[in-house]
Amino acid sequence: MEGGERMAAVGGEEVKLLGGWASPYVMRPRIALNLKGVEYEFLEESFGVKSELLLKSNPVYKKIPVLIHAGKPICESMIIVQYIDEAWAAKGSAILPSDPYDRALHRFWAVYIDDKWFPSLSGILRAQTEESKAEPVEQVFAGLKLLEEAFEKCSKGKGFFGGDSIRYLDIALGCFLGWLKAIEKMTGIKFLDEGKTPLLVGWMERFCANDAVKGVMPETDKLVEFAKVLQAKFKAAPAK
Amino acid sequence: MATAAEKGVVLLDVWVSPFGQRCRIALTEKGVEYEYKEENLWDKSPLLLKANPVHKKIPVLIHEGNPICESLLIVRYIDEVWSNNPLLPSDPYERAQARFWADFVDKKVSECGTRLWLKREAQEEARKDMIEILKLLEGELGDKKYFGGETFGFVDVAFVPFSAWFYTYETFGNFSVEKECPKLVAWAKRCMERESVSKSLHDPHKVYEYVCQLKKKLGVKE
Repeated sequence: MEGGERMAAVGGEEVKLLGGWASPYVMRPRIALNLKGVEYEFLEESFGVKSELLLKSNPVYKKIPVLIHAGKPICESMIIVQYIDEAWAAKGSAILPSDPYDRALHRFWAVYIDDKWFPSLSGILRAQTEESKAEPVEQVFAGLKLLEEAFEKCSKGKGFFGGDSIRYLDIALGCFLGWLKAIEKMTGIKFLDEGKTPLLVGWMERFCANDAVKGVMPETDKLVEFAKVLQAKFKAAPAK
Repeated sequence: MATAAEKGVVLLDVWVSPFGQRCRIALTEKGVEYEYKEENLWDKSPLLLKANPVHKKIPVLIHEGNPICESLLIVRYIDEVWSNNPLLPSDPYERAQARFWADFVDKKVSECGTRLWLKREAQEEARKDMIEILKLLEGELGDKKYFGGETFGFVDVAFVPFSAWFYTYETFGNFSVEKECPKLVAWAKRCMERESVSKSLHDPHKVYEYVCQLKKKLGVKE
């Protein structure tokens, strides 16, 4: 896991990433930068406090992650991932698939994950009672079933959504595996089950073992601790 | 044997949908011939349900038998398959900015607009939010001819269909888009000079009538 700063200057063009260790959205550009072999300075934002640099770099949403490349900010995690793919097109491995239809499929499922699936997963954390957990739990399972089918279609028999290598959709979903494991531990529910979604189980193991991912995936136990802090916050503030 | 749908380009859509209009504008800008199929959202066709089983929504583009869903993804697909008149710039940073603002339109405009015309609670908040959203977009446009600069581009395609909704927003929200964001109104007029836009968008009064009918159908009280 990233500790202090690493100086980065690629031909005089500095690369900085504003983020937080626990954020799955921040993991996405980190994996992408690793896939491209690009060195960067990781600027950790403190939880609950937004730095001047963040507010200046992302005035519209004031959220992490923000990539700052040669002084220019890029916001929104999957937009950053695509930017990384294009800005360093000659380096490392390609992140977007080459075929336009495959690209559309990867993008479609990434949007589904962000708009529908992850809100259900985080809904489990937000649920104040056992009864109110039932619906988001069901939605997470239903989503995983769809994603298992998507994997079969996209992987074309290979190990990742991207085929032979980690690509856009692998990053879009894989960044949530840490949180998925944490929530499994907290609820005792096994979401990624070999009996139900065998392809995804295999993919999860390969993804987490990958060099581009290993160093940036937060530890499950630390996420569980952090989740307890978040849950206390949800209890204090009224639900939106 | 391949049907017409399997060989060519088919767009499943609804006349008033700004999301569908994005696709129509993009296809026309590229000079692509396509078959337009009007859907009835109260009675969805088997083709739509098969093409978009996850969301069951329009628009859906079917190209060579493959369905592509989500309007901005469809526009990007169209831009990538038919590379004439590119909608996205070539510079990676400019491309990221274009995607960011198109995504902003997606996240903010329709949701806020719906709050405005549904007129349930927090009407004043919805009005304030819409003015803020429009001003942010106007700030991004600045003094450029289009959001894409000199050329009509991705953000223009993403946002211009909502210009036909300005009349609806301002009537329900009790404000004037022209007064708050004159540059946006001027930009919308310039876009309407393009055939792709004037052919795809409907008269703002027709949109307003549609929303009034929709409210009645949904049983929304005034």
